[in-house]
Amino acid sequence: MKLSPERVVLDTNNAHEHGHGVGDHLYVHRHSLVHDLPAQVKTVAAIVFIFVVVLTPVHAVGAFAVYLGLVFVVVKIADLPFPLVLRRMLIEIPFVLFAVLMPFFGPEPRVEFLGLSLSQEGLWSAFGILAKGTIGVATSITLAATTRARDLLQGLETIGVPDLLVQIASFMLRYSAVVTDDLSRMKVARESRGFSATGVKHWKVLANSAGALFIRSYERGERVHLAMLSRGYNGTIIDLYKPVVTKKDWRTAMALPIVAASIMVIAWITL
Amino acid sequence: MHMPDGLINAPVSIGAGVLVAGAVAVSLKKTKGSLDSQTAPMAGLVAVFIFAAQMINFPVAAGTSGHLMGGALAAILVGPWVAVLVMTVVVGIQALVFADGGLSALGINILNMGIVTVIVGTLVFALTMKVLSKTKSSIVAASAIAAFISVPAAALAFVIEYYLGGNATYDPMTVLISVVGVHLLIGIGEAIITALTVGAILATRADLVDGARKFLPKQKLIIKDSVVS
Repeated sequence: MKLSPERVVLDTNNAHEHGHGVGDHLYVHRHSLVHDLPAQVKTVAAIVFIFVVVLTPVHAVGAFAVYLGLVFVVVKIADLPFPLVLRRMLIEIPFVLFAVLMPFFGPEPRVEFLGLSLSQEGLWSAFGILAKGTIGVATSITLAATTRARDLLQGLETIGVPDLLVQIASFMLRYSAVVTDDLSRMKVARESRGFSATGVKHWKVLANSAGALFIRSYERGERVHLAMLSRGYNGTIIDLYKPVVTKKDWRTAMALPIVAASIMVIAWITL
Repeated sequence: MHMPDGLINAPVSIGAGVLVAGAVAVSLKKTKGSLDSQTAPMAGLVAVFIFAAQMINFPVAAGTSGHLMGGALAAILVGPWVAVLVMTVVVGIQALVFADGGLSALGINILNMGIVTVIVGTLVFALTMKVLSKTKSSIVAASAIAAFISVPAAALAFVIEYYLGGNATYDPMTVLISVVGVHLLIGIGEAIITALTVGAILATRADLVDGARKFLPKQKLIIKDSVVS
């Protein structure tokens, strides 16, 4: 997990922005149907879609091919560069190893393949984890690449995520650049004094930095809170701009999970 | 480690999500009841801290390095209720904004990394402090023990989920031994980092450490007549 030291973009709600806002680490700016859908609609559609994928029996190989195809169609509509999506999917690698090793240890019956004795059930499970994990990570990346963090938080609030959680999340995203800058200043300070961490014996110094970072963050939180109180903050944040969600938005977004669900039903019936 | 989609089946994933929703609801209620009801900015900055602290690499040996999970640390620093909210937000944002961890596994990831670590960390810390003397060094020691136990506890939670709804053919007993075994080692790292960090904060701003507040003597405000030169 990395955060690039992004800069704060002027945070006007309805201005047309081409830059990246805070926390828009994976966001790719495009003008597409997928980008234009309200964030909460996309998020719900993505989550329902993933659950449909997870609920599909692993033996329905064709169904997973269709799901992957559907995700690629969405990526295409969103005008996202495929190499970028593929590169970001590498995050999945540790679990690929977990899955690939499985057929070697699985239960009987076994099949012979290139002179290796592989567990049949292990092979199916490995395929299931790889297929579902891959479709899942591709969907997550597409969601993150087409949705601004700010819109996401605003959207989550409208579908019932508690206000306090949304506020904590928005403070977290808003100040992540500030705090990671704090962190990199400490790193510069350490290194300009000749420090480089090479082993466990240096943990004390790094932990001191973590401690200092906590105190700085906490005190910054107190200052921000007081500054907000003095400007009339009473625990709720009023949004002057509310995104309008139409039934058409829901129909468009839910097309993905609905198509997937019909495939899943067919898979269950035919297997 | 953030779980991907498909490793744990849908019913168990949804069950974990329900548990998370319950824990968050209780935490929201508890923090609303506390004196400073508008804790959002402070909790948000603590969330950034956990997020950033996870980015500090602690070199182990031969090019490998580890980083903090932070559940027990958050629990000791800001108390269990705020810590549950903070960790839920951190793991949730990692999934939704950074595509780290599956969307269907979101409940599982929050439960293991955000809730189990906080609850276990809090309980172990409280129990250890019952036995130890109420000094700064015992707070540091209790933090180490709490952080150490919290990591294999999170791994154990994963193994239980795997036993209930794992979509893999590894024997649950093998998974138990290997996963919990590895996380006992990771727990040692977590313990050292957490203890050192708590120690560093205790040395300068002990009043900020929620877990320490009731054990340390109240600081008196002293107003002197003149500045002693």
